[in-house]
Amino acid sequence: MSTDPNKLDSLVNRRYEHGFVTDIETETFPPGLDEDVVRAISARKNEPPFMLEWRLKAYRHWLTMKEPEWAHLHYPRINYQDISYFAAPKSDKDRPQSLDEVDPKLLETYEKLGIPLHERARLAGVAVDAVFDSVSVATTFKGKLNDAGVIFCPFSEAVIEHPELIKKYLGSVVPYRDNYFAALNSAVFSDGSFVYIPKGVRCPMELSTYFRINAANTGQFERTLIIAEEGSHVSYLEGCTAPMRDENQLHAAVVELVALKDAEIKYSTVQNWYPGDENGKGGIYNFVTKRGDCRGANSKISWTQVETGSAITWKYPSCILRGDNSVGEFYSVAVTNNMQQADTGTKMIHIGRNTSSTIVSKGISAGRAQQSYRGLVRVMPQATGARNHTQCDSLLIGKECGAHTFPYMEIKNPTAKIEHEATTSKISADQLFYCRQRGISEEDAVNMIVNGFCKEVFKELPMEFAVEAQALLNVSLEGAVG
Amino acid sequence: MKTTLEVKNLHAGIGATKILNGLDLVVNAGEVHAIMGPNGSGKSTLAQVIAGHADYEVLDGSVRFNGEDLLELEPEERAREGVFLGFQYPVEIPGVNNAYLLKAAVNAKRRHLGLDEIDAFEFLKLAREKMATLGMDPIFLNRGVNEGFSGGEKKRNEILQMAMLEPRLAILDETDSGLDIDALKTVAAGINELRDPTRAIVLVTHYQRLLDYVEPDFVHVLSAGKIVRSGDKSLALELEKNGYEWVKEAVNA
Repeated sequence: MSTDPNKLDSLVNRRYEHGFVTDIETETFPPGLDEDVVRAISARKNEPPFMLEWRLKAYRHWLTMKEPEWAHLHYPRINYQDISYFAAPKSDKDRPQSLDEVDPKLLETYEKLGIPLHERARLAGVAVDAVFDSVSVATTFKGKLNDAGVIFCPFSEAVIEHPELIKKYLGSVVPYRDNYFAALNSAVFSDGSFVYIPKGVRCPMELSTYFRINAANTGQFERTLIIAEEGSHVSYLEGCTAPMRDENQLHAAVVELVALKDAEIKYSTVQNWYPGDENGKGGIYNFVTKRGDCRGANSKISWTQVETGSAITWKYPSCILRGDNSVGEFYSVAVTNNMQQADTGTKMIHIGRNTSSTIVSKGISAGRAQQSYRGLVRVMPQATGARNHTQCDSLLIGKECGAHTFPYMEIKNPTAKIEHEATTSKISADQLFYCRQRGISEEDAVNMIVNGFCKEVFKELPMEFAVEAQALLNVSLEGAVG
Repeated sequence: MKTTLEVKNLHAGIGATKILNGLDLVVNAGEVHAIMGPNGSGKSTLAQVIAGHADYEVLDGSVRFNGEDLLELEPEERAREGVFLGFQYPVEIPGVNNAYLLKAAVNAKRRHLGLDEIDAFEFLKLAREKMATLGMDPIFLNRGVNEGFSGGEKKRNEILQMAMLEPRLAILDETDSGLDIDALKTVAAGINELRDPTRAIVLVTHYQRLLDYVEPDFVHVLSAGKIVRSGDKSLALELEKNGYEWVKEAVNA
């Protein structure tokens, strides 16, 4: 007559749907990292000398740094010499010009992941730059973007085709010295996406990239750079799922956004890396540096993220509000279940006059997961009229999980207006019984409560992404209530 | 007359505490029964067991609903079959829109009955009508479920849900508690509106005053987990006059 705890357990312990490995032959470097590996990566990608020089400087700097320990995360030490730093599908040399030329096995993989690439791309009118392992293998909708003057291509291609833009902007938001993982990424980054929106152009479609990790023991180090020239506008979507794996996989991406005068960048992420099994075995270690620079007056950068995956998440998408009247936004839903750990939040650095920022963070913890919100609001002395509103809510499901909040505020200008609100709540057995007594199943009730909790963030996502995110959350928390 | 609810020799408790000790009750369609009794006599336990709350364990006896074994069903299945519990303390569910929950509930039941789901326009029209009769501001539809509602507003919301779900059996657990006289009258009018030859209503209450407005066909007195007296509405008046001690004494005599 009542909730069967075994049934709930089996739901909680459901296996990760996207866990499988395709056997496309990969050309993988042997594990280990030294200057020769950095040189080899650069050579494999036919990079110009300036790029190799930059990688080497980053590598040498990385050697002097220590892995940060301040985050509220517990994981075994990573041995950076046990990781292979490059893997590429064999078909790399003859990159396919259309999906017909793409390895059918690869397409099959996308099908299994529930992402029929061609269908989705065609139906949704989204340009897709699909990163599979470390090398991009399919780029579509180039024509339409070319007409608008938009550059949207694999990062490695941009290094060769648009070296002047790379030289000017790479590392200008996240310098290689910035932090341990950014330095590592700068030395060994494999590929990623490059976007350039010319002056006054509104990007004619939403840009989307699907990232996958698909080779055992290969850390993936993406590098993404988006530049929005004066008065331009772009919305970029990033989403990922990863195959199941026993060893922990290191993932250290860097994303840099540059918004010039009157420009607007909207960056949305749905992150679903393999979270590990119910005992925390396996799963992705996700150390990401994402930062946007509102370099020009009246510019705007908005981060929206839905984080459901990874064993370890270390991620603080940030905005530097340099231009006068610039606006930074951070909307986040982070879900941790089982043994997942997340230390995530944002930084809003107010430098220009009359800058404003909004932070809405929704954390959901279930199982034995631990989640921390870590946010910094810094108002510099010259930043007159700065405003920030922070809302930080935690929802706990069950008795063994934890939620922690670490808000930092450094206010050096007396005109600043800063608001911080925080709540912690629980899904209670009484709430669930109430819903069930009204004929609503327990799962639907949990979904209803969780989605209600997250709706402020979901409404910031592009429509089709919002639906996907909602579904992903439902799957991530299925049967989490015991 | 069709029997809606048949409780036989029901023994139930919570943890190690036994609360119901061989309770028998028959409620037919079209009837209104009032269950009265002192604190701790098992009134709310009876309501929760019928609704299927997981904390309560049934030790013996049976509960049949329209001839079916109700105890075999999950709480949501009971609800879809037409069992409605008006909660004594309706829980708040912040962030979940009141209209959303209500529509999901109505549609869960409609699906169960093989009917098409109600669309948003039809739903809103119906909900607004019902709210008007209950003197509820339509703004309540857009608030979180019971979020920040006063005691009276919560109880009206329960009656609204009942009116929308049109149950076969409605058990209202102390729906009158915490209501001022105006709210009590409105809620009573809402209940009377639902009196119907096909519907059974069980009112769980401490006091006579609700029964001034919703006239019961039968009154039962619960004591130590059993029904010790049954009668018509005059029994409630007697209780009001003499108190529950009088019943206990009468039973022990």
